[in-house]
Amino acid sequence: MQAIVCQSGAAPALFSAEGIVGVIFLLTVTLVCTGAMIAVNAQRLVRAVAGLAICFTGLAGVYYFLLSPFLAMMQLLIYVGAVSILIAFGIMMATPEEKSGAGMKNRSVLAGPLAFSTAALMFAALTVLGLKTQWQIFPRQGTFDIKAVGMALLTTHSLVFELISIVLLLAIIGALVLAQRGRN
Amino acid sequence: MQLLNLYNCLSTYLVIGALLFSFGIYGMVVRRTVIGMLISSEFILAAASTNFMAFNRFLAPDPVVGQIFTLVIMAIAAAEAAIAISIMIAVYRNYKTIDTDDLVDLQG
Repeated sequence: MQAIVCQSGAAPALFSAEGIVGVIFLLTVTLVCTGAMIAVNAQRLVRAVAGLAICFTGLAGVYYFLLSPFLAMMQLLIYVGAVSILIAFGIMMATPEEKSGAGMKNRSVLAGPLAFSTAALMFAALTVLGLKTQWQIFPRQGTFDIKAVGMALLTTHSLVFELISIVLLLAIIGALVLAQRGRN
Repeated sequence: MQLLNLYNCLSTYLVIGALLFSFGIYGMVVRRTVIGMLISSEFILAAASTNFMAFNRFLAPDPVVGQIFTLVIMAIAAAEAAIAISIMIAVYRNYKTIDTDDLVDLQG
């Protein structure tokens, strides 16, 4: 078994159907990387949230390529539609502009390069780990469709379903209590 | 054009996951407000779910499990964002700032 798991070995031509799919995949990955870079490096937090939304839109495309259109839709709905908007609301309520220049007390000049090298090291290590490992493929038993996911959520994985509903309920109540405390 | 066949390879998705994870780590260290750190933590969670989806697509015997795991991660991330934003609003109400350099009351 080779180290890199590839489903079909033949490389498609650029102007065939598979080639155009490949181009769309590359565009999606570009979207993910650009969005992540904007979200991490932007000076203003509103732009960072916009980068987050761009990145997660691209990630929805990646999930679509991983044969799960249901999760691609959920990604758009939950992350792009809900979480980004929630963070934008948070920014509007707390107006947290990051200080620059003179405001950066208590902060070593080394913080930026050190953070970058740590992240680069992590990336290199994870990439090497992903590329070098001999992944073992198991024979496929189920299918990818939504019906199977729904059946599994209500039968074999019903505990997860119940647990996640309780977590979300507690999060809603907790968020209300926390945000309401100290208000006069 | 081996480049156009990348979407059929497991390692592509693993590299995307590693990239998102390292962006998250970098942002966690560099950002100076709680909201910036919250955004970076979303990237770390997204990296985890990308990896789950990739293994689910290429290796797993039952492709339902990874999708359910990713759904759980999404729900946890949404709950975490809601709680973090409400904590942040409470902190802002008391301190008039959410800059991590100023929130040092517990520092010895």
